[in-house]
Amino acid sequence: MGANTETINLPVGECTVTRKGSGPQLLLLHGGGGSIAEHPVIDRLAEKFEVIAPTHPGFNGTKVPDHFDGMPELVHFYLDVLDALEIEDAVLLGISMGGWLAAELASINCARFSKIILVDAVGVKVGGPTDRDIADVFGVPPDEATKLMYHDPANARDMSGLTDEELTELAGNRIALGLYTWEPYMHNPKLPQRLHRISAPTLLLWGESDGLVTTNYGKAYADLIPDARFVAIPEAGHSPYAEQTDRFVDEVFAFLD
Amino acid sequence: MRTYWFTEDAYPDLPPQDEYESIRVNLPNGEFDPERGHELYNWYLDLWCMAESYGLDIMNNEHHQTATCMVPAAPLMLAILARETKTARLLILGNPISNRRNPVRVAEEMALIDVISKGRLECGFVRGVPYEAAPANRTPLRGSQRLWEAHDMIMKAWTTHDGPFNFEGRWFHGRQINIWPRPYQQPAPPVWVTMGGRPSTTPVAKHKHVGAVFLAGYPRIREIFDGYREDYLKMHGEHAPFDRLGYLGLVYVGENEKKAREGAEKLLWYMTANKVPGYWSNPPGYHPPQISAQIMRGARGGSGVPLTATVDDQMARGNVFAGTPDQVYEQIKNFWEYSGGFGNMLMMGQAGFLTHEETETSMKLYAEEVFPRLKELEASTTPAEAWEKSKAMEKRENVPLDGFALEFVR
Repeated sequence: MGANTETINLPVGECTVTRKGSGPQLLLLHGGGGSIAEHPVIDRLAEKFEVIAPTHPGFNGTKVPDHFDGMPELVHFYLDVLDALEIEDAVLLGISMGGWLAAELASINCARFSKIILVDAVGVKVGGPTDRDIADVFGVPPDEATKLMYHDPANARDMSGLTDEELTELAGNRIALGLYTWEPYMHNPKLPQRLHRISAPTLLLWGESDGLVTTNYGKAYADLIPDARFVAIPEAGHSPYAEQTDRFVDEVFAFLD
Repeated sequence: MRTYWFTEDAYPDLPPQDEYESIRVNLPNGEFDPERGHELYNWYLDLWCMAESYGLDIMNNEHHQTATCMVPAAPLMLAILARETKTARLLILGNPISNRRNPVRVAEEMALIDVISKGRLECGFVRGVPYEAAPANRTPLRGSQRLWEAHDMIMKAWTTHDGPFNFEGRWFHGRQINIWPRPYQQPAPPVWVTMGGRPSTTPVAKHKHVGAVFLAGYPRIREIFDGYREDYLKMHGEHAPFDRLGYLGLVYVGENEKKAREGAEKLLWYMTANKVPGYWSNPPGYHPPQISAQIMRGARGGSGVPLTATVDDQMARGNVFAGTPDQVYEQIKNFWEYSGGFGNMLMMGQAGFLTHEETETSMKLYAEEVFPRLKELEASTTPAEAWEKSKAMEKRENVPLDGFALEFVR
């Protein structure tokens, strides 16, 4: 199945977008690891949908507009992206940081979205000030971060075999993630008071072994959204689409059917 | 030529290095004994006062959540010294204004110290080392841009005397800024900014501020100093005076070579104790992606391995000057000439386990036998001549650089 990648110009900046498949629109917002347009899960989703996967500015070597200081700029950037891509009646699927972005967009205006899937999403604080709701991925050794993120750490990308170019892209993704999530860390304190505006049916799809944001966090997140259900996928961590691709796709299709 | 005597106020009484992961950010403060801290703080204050008595000026700084530097609030220490000393210039290098939330508060604190000390403040601004990102909870991305916006706000606060003004920038905002007191020195206290590489020299030279360089050594000093001098000449049509540049090195002067060596080994604690894992030295946005990637690979410092700096290696790099008074003079003279000259020697004269007696011996020998000759060296030439002479010298940029240097050159 052929993919089509192009860079579109926007009123502020530009955006690289990959499209694959045909059918109803499924807008896929990637997480802090960068674009997953090349991942096999996209082929699976493209069996039934036109998957539209933009790359957030700063990830995978793309440019960050000079005025960007954090998530608010990305949210407004995406309002332009939604216009430019003529997103209508689309499924909105956001993963991790992309789930936060999806929740922000849907709570501004949900009219463009038929259904919403938040996958191991961040974006809210559900506990008290001293509860570490979201593990600090910038403040732990890499092997500990791997343990938090994966059900089976053997599924993590092997860093030792990367070329300088690949590692530099990874470092760039990490910088972009820092740009959007540094403070308040991976959440918007105002978002919980906005989530009532999400009128579309919403699925919070979680890796049961996620150590970055646990299933308890996911359930509390679901409680903040009016028409939300929570489903956990066993033997998967923070990236269930990668560790349990088939189960993940099954759950997505079951929700969207 | 001025010499600013400097110590980071380390807390050296730590468990063996293999028993903790990092000396910075997450070393539990249960390791800090307040009784011992009380002794050390007062001792360090005594050392600074002693530096004044030997005709040296004073430099201090701050870091956070680290045993390498117990001072999380440099203005507090400097305020004590403003009262305890009478003649020394008081250099704070510096205020980490990229990470500070409110530059107006910095302007107020500095003005207060300047007035108490009767105009002896030398006010430094720094971006801060990468390990400061986590304690400050401030993104290191665009840190240099934030530094200059905060700088502009502080300068405006110092130099506005006819009532409130507004400053509404990208990061910092005030609508009714009118600081009391205003600084003693008019129009403003001398300003210092650290320079880490070529692009960072331009705004410093533009403002005619003092550009300070920490431990860049032979490999990088020319790039940075030449950059400043070129920028200064281009923008102001005259050569940068010597007093616009400063260099920080570790200095130990001993009565004989053996004692000097022992002192230098102890001083090197500053480098060898700096056990910091990559995730603290590589916060996202501090380094460009290429350098960040090298740290991730462990090819640069910050890989969690204690540094293996040796005195010989660091002397070869121009980071450590150690020996008898004659030897130290020769070493600094060679570096000074190679660098094209600078008017401010920033002397890290105490670190780790150097005793009071050892520290004083070195301070005294430096002040009485090295410093006067450095003053003569500076007086014997002009900035233009010294720069010209340095250009004719063979470049020593191929001296290998490993991890620590980049992190400290801030």
